[in-house]
Amino acid sequence: MKPQNKLAFAHIGVAIVAFALGAMVALMQALSRASLALPLRSARIFYISVTAHGVLMGLVFTTFFIMGLGYAFSRASLGRVTGERVAWASFWIAVVGTAVAAATILSGKATVLYTFYPPLQAHPLFYFGATGLVIGSWGWCGVMIASYRSWRKENPTPPVPLVMHGMLTTVIVWLLATAGLAVEVLVLILPWSLGLVKTIDPLLCRTFFWWFGHPLVYFWLLPAYAIWYTVLPRVVGGKLFSDNLGRMVFVLFILFSTPVGFHHQFADPGISASWKLAHTVTTFLILFPSLVTAFTLIASLELAARARGGKGLFGWVRALPWGQPLFSSVALAMITFALGGFGGAVNAAYAMNSMVHNTAWIQGHFHLTVGTAVALTFMGITYWLLPRLTGKELRLSAAASVQPYLWFVGMMLFGVVNHITGLMGMPRRIYDAGYGGSEIAARWAPWTAVSAVGGVVLFVSSALFVSVVVATLLYGRKIEEPEIAFAEALDAPANPVRGIWDRWPLWTAISVILVLAAYALPIAHHLMLHRFGSTGFKPF
Amino acid sequence: MKIHLYERIWMGLGVVLIVVFLGIMIVMNTAHAVQPPSHIETVDPKTIWDDPRFADLGVTLTPEGAKVVLVAQMYAFLPAELEVPAGKPVTFRMSSADVVHGFEIVGTNANATLIPGYVTEFTVTFPRAGEYLIVCNEFCGIGHHGMFGKVIAGGAPS
Repeated sequence: MKPQNKLAFAHIGVAIVAFALGAMVALMQALSRASLALPLRSARIFYISVTAHGVLMGLVFTTFFIMGLGYAFSRASLGRVTGERVAWASFWIAVVGTAVAAATILSGKATVLYTFYPPLQAHPLFYFGATGLVIGSWGWCGVMIASYRSWRKENPTPPVPLVMHGMLTTVIVWLLATAGLAVEVLVLILPWSLGLVKTIDPLLCRTFFWWFGHPLVYFWLLPAYAIWYTVLPRVVGGKLFSDNLGRMVFVLFILFSTPVGFHHQFADPGISASWKLAHTVTTFLILFPSLVTAFTLIASLELAARARGGKGLFGWVRALPWGQPLFSSVALAMITFALGGFGGAVNAAYAMNSMVHNTAWIQGHFHLTVGTAVALTFMGITYWLLPRLTGKELRLSAAASVQPYLWFVGMMLFGVVNHITGLMGMPRRIYDAGYGGSEIAARWAPWTAVSAVGGVVLFVSSALFVSVVVATLLYGRKIEEPEIAFAEALDAPANPVRGIWDRWPLWTAISVILVLAAYALPIAHHLMLHRFGSTGFKPF
Repeated sequence: MKIHLYERIWMGLGVVLIVVFLGIMIVMNTAHAVQPPSHIETVDPKTIWDDPRFADLGVTLTPEGAKVVLVAQMYAFLPAELEVPAGKPVTFRMSSADVVHGFEIVGTNANATLIPGYVTEFTVTFPRAGEYLIVCNEFCGIGHHGMFGKVIAGGAPS
């Protein structure tokens, strides 16, 4: 492997290890839905594994993968990663933090789920470990910004390449998001978990958590969008339909991804209905960039398919390379994301949310969105990126072609059935859905058995993915690294000049103002209440 | 910025969709008070058992319907069985004595978070007589899946 590729590869490697562990613990949870009497099955192990799965998949796999992707894309599109030593130091801080947090989870001392709502209290090392992961990711943000600024100095006129535009958006959204998390963990939780203060305000923690928690989903999604916009059109042999609209889409995500957190707290007391409605309005504004994305991407694919000889109103779809794992992964991810988007509109709907809040519907929703739209895109890009980073030809390519379809089928069973049982009222994250032999709960059982089958299919798909990666690293034939190259835009002028979408300080400033507008007053009101704190409780 | 005609049409339809969605929510909120439970009141979770607001747990019939006072703790709703009139407004006043719990009555839109230190209050009308299942839908510890109760609307089923 060329030395300049090691940084990206190390991050993606850690991500895939986390993914493999997360998939293993998920199999056990899926089988629990079928109420099988397995030897190791217990409530304790179930809830430990729910925590491990959420943290490993939602926070570790995604964060490390995105950091690796950022370095690979920065190197390929700007020709540099500025500050390699800072990048490596940040990597190790994140790795050590993750290992410490993982150890507390697996030893049963931090069974607080990835949302860790106080006054459930984990071992202090869990919070320290998570802080390490976040501090490492801030180092990544610094390196990405430094790389951009160094490139900009040498290239004052052109717009930043679109793929990097997407990654810079990701960086800004992550910094906005983690500001809320930092207040929650550093100011509120750490002193309380160390016993320096006796009590904590659980509602204030939830508010800061969801300040972080919603933009977190765009931190996951935006790198996937960057791949959809810049890699996908190229691998199907076409061009991007509209470069300018792509840039606008990313900027809209900077503006509207953070001032929306109360739509996760519709069911909470202590927050006024009017503030919840205000956050609902901003939440629905984010539908717009995704609708634009749907058009631009489908138009790009149609043009490419027609160039490949595709015909007919919808017949052109057949001309796309469905056997190629990156294409099929991303196409299936996009189809699944459309379904997930409809569900998301229900979640965000001010009043309809009551029907689905904290039911299995929610886990169905995020398995379609982050669990497929994002994760399947990342698996697909791994197949494409691995030879480009390591100079090794992909092994088990037949397995790689089948794997995305298995994931899709598994997720249709698992994700869609969870939407159904959720509408029937079944809560999420429960070890046993029997409720003392309740007749109402008994109606869920046939459906949960189907979701268990979906879970097994997903596990097989995960195992295939990990096998392809391992086989390629161990036995991949040495090849000249193919180029990491991105799609050209149909509307690209010969000598493009940077425009309004490249004004990063401006967009960042507006987004900070929007976040303050959304949170300053409700938090100030909250602090004026006569509040009573909570002491910590252990889940076991 | 040059934008293709079809894409302009699509973007226009997108804006209409969002305006319709938000319009429905804002009208329902303003004209019919269709809102998520958003009561603001605090209570000390450490002394909740001595608090006069939570002294009489259970159902009290009122001229309009009924009032329910309930406290959640790991891993039970107190009381776990509630007999309320069907077809009349029932106001729930609840909180938690320890961690965050969920309070969901399956098959209704009664679904709210119970946070220690805060009082959750909302009013719901049970459309039909019969038994309803109450479940905790926020992870609260190892006994989470065993935390449930029931509502018997319209008195005991005959």
